[in-house]
Amino acid sequence: MPHAHDPIARLDGAIKHYGRLTALAGADLQLHRGELLALLGPNGAGKTTAIGLLLGLLRADGGSVELFGQDPQRIEARRRIGVMLQNAALPPTLRVGELLRLTASYYPSPRTLQESAELGGVADLLRRPYAKLSGGQQRRVQFALALCGRPELLFLDEPTVGMDIEVRQRLWAAIRRLVAEGCAVLLTTHYLEEAEALADRVCVMSRGRMIHQGTVDELRARVALKRVRCLGTVPLEVVRGWPEVSEARRENERLHIGTAEAEAVVRRLLDADPQLRELEVQRAGLAEAFTELTRDAAGVAANDQREAA
Amino acid sequence: METVMPANEAAPPAMPHCRVIGAYLEEARSECLRYLRAPGFMLPVMLFPAMFYLLFGVLMAKSNGADAARYLLASYGVFGVMSPGLFGFGVSLALERDGGLLTFKRALPMPPGAYLLGKMLMAMVAAGVLILLLLAMALSLGHVALAPAQAGALLLTGMLGVLPFCALGMFVGTLIKGQGAPGMLNLIYLPMSFLSGLWMPLPMLPAFLQRIAPVWPSYHLDRLALAAVGMNEGPLRGHVLALIGFAAAFLLMAARRLRRYG
Repeated sequence: MPHAHDPIARLDGAIKHYGRLTALAGADLQLHRGELLALLGPNGAGKTTAIGLLLGLLRADGGSVELFGQDPQRIEARRRIGVMLQNAALPPTLRVGELLRLTASYYPSPRTLQESAELGGVADLLRRPYAKLSGGQQRRVQFALALCGRPELLFLDEPTVGMDIEVRQRLWAAIRRLVAEGCAVLLTTHYLEEAEALADRVCVMSRGRMIHQGTVDELRARVALKRVRCLGTVPLEVVRGWPEVSEARRENERLHIGTAEAEAVVRRLLDADPQLRELEVQRAGLAEAFTELTRDAAGVAANDQREAA
Repeated sequence: METVMPANEAAPPAMPHCRVIGAYLEEARSECLRYLRAPGFMLPVMLFPAMFYLLFGVLMAKSNGADAARYLLASYGVFGVMSPGLFGFGVSLALERDGGLLTFKRALPMPPGAYLLGKMLMAMVAAGVLILLLLAMALSLGHVALAPAQAGALLLTGMLGVLPFCALGMFVGTLIKGQGAPGMLNLIYLPMSFLSGLWMPLPMLPAFLQRIAPVWPSYHLDRLALAAVGMNEGPLRGHVLALIGFAAAFLLMAARRLRRYG
C-alpha cells in the first residue's frame, strides 16, 4: 500500500545524455508532501534537466522518474502540479484574465479567477494584454498561472529573476502561504538568500549529481569556516602566518579572516592588538557553504580527469 | 516493481469529461482570439494568394473567357488554402517552440491535441475566409458562373483541404526553430505550387514534370477543387485517399518529433 510519506516526486538514479554531454549522471531526489525543497547548483549542473524529467518534458536514458507514483508524461500526474518555467513567451495579445481562464481550464478543480489573481498579486492587471506588462509583472502572471489549478506540487524555476526586492518579498510571502496550505514546492534559484528564506531542505547539484541534501543549517554546518572581522593594527602578513587562519584580507581598514577555529584566532588577535575594535564573528553563510561544496566537487572531478589522462 | 499507485492517501480529483471538453474549447477560443487581435500574422497569409488570383486569374485571364477564370479559381483556391496551412501552422509552431510556450504547455496538463486542434481550427477558418474572398472576386469581377452547390463544394474542399498542409507545416515547424521557418516553408510552398499546375495548367508543363505531379499533395487537392467547380469529371477517391495519406504521414512524423524533442 502507498503511504502518505511516500515521496510525491522522485528521481532515482536518473541519467540523461545530450549527445556526448552527460547532463544527469545518476541523480537522486525525493520530494515529500508539503515541503519546500530548493534545488541549487551552478549553471550546467543539471537543474533544468532534472526539472524537465519530473515534468515529463524529457525522457530519462536510465534510472526512474516518478511524479505522484506515476510516469510524469501521464496527464493524470500533471493535473496535480503547477508550473512556472524560466522563459515562456506567453501569447502577447491575450489578456491576463484570459490566460488565467485558459490555464485553469486544464485542471479538475481550479481556484476561481479572482482567488488566483489575488494570490499571484495580479488582481489589478486582469484586463491588460500580456505584452503590455513589465518583466516583473509578467513573472507575477506566470506565478498566478502556476497556482491557479490548486496544485499539490508547484515547480518554480527561478521565479524571482528580474523582480525588485519588494515584489520578491511579496512573492515569497505568497509561496509561504501556499506551503502553509499543504502545497509542496520544488524551487530552483540562483539567489541563495531565497533558498535560505524559504526552503525546508536544500539539494545542491553539481555536474549532474546531487552532492548534498539536507536542511539549510546542515548545509551551513558542512562548512566549518567562520568569518572574523575587526578594525585593528595587526599587519596582514602576521595574521596570514597564524596556523589557524585559512585566508585573510584587508578591505577599507577592516580585517577579514576566514578560519575553522574562530576562538583561537580571536585570542591571538586580542593578544596582538589590545586596541582592537568592532570584533565580529560569524558563521559562514549559505553562499560560502555552497561555493565551497561546488568547488570541492569540481576539484574532485578535475583530479579524476587528471588521473585518467 | 515499484508502486504505481498514487502515492498519497487522498485520491486525486478526477477530471470530468465536460471539463476536458471545456479545455479543448478554451484552447481553440484563445488561439482564435490571439490571431484576431494580431491580424498582422494571418492577413498577409490570406491576402497574398488573393492578390495573385486578382492579377492572374481575373485581370490577365479576361481574354481567355470565363472558363479560364473558373479553372484558375480552383487552382488559386488551392494555392491560397496551402498558405494558412503551411504558414499559419508551421511558422507559429516554430516560433512557439523557440519562445518556450510549447514547452510550458507540454508541462501543463493540457489535454493532448488541444493545442494542435486550436491551430487547425484557426487554419480552417482562414482557408474558409480565403475561398470566400476568391469566390466573391470570381463571381463579381471574373464573371464566373457557379451554381451555389459548386461554390459550397469548393468552400468545403478548401476548408478540409487545408489539413494535409497543416500536417506538412507542423512537420516543418518541428524541424526548424524560430525565424528560419518562413524561408524554408516558402521553399516548399512556391515550387510545389508550380509543379502541381496551380500557376499554369499541367499540360503546359514539360512531360517529366507532369508525370511526377501526383507526388505533390497540392496536385490531388487541385483535382478535387476542379471537380468542385465542374472541370474534372474523373474519379476522386484516389485523390481523397492520397490527401488523407499525406496528412496522416506528416502528422505522425511531426507528433513523433514533438514527443521526443519538444
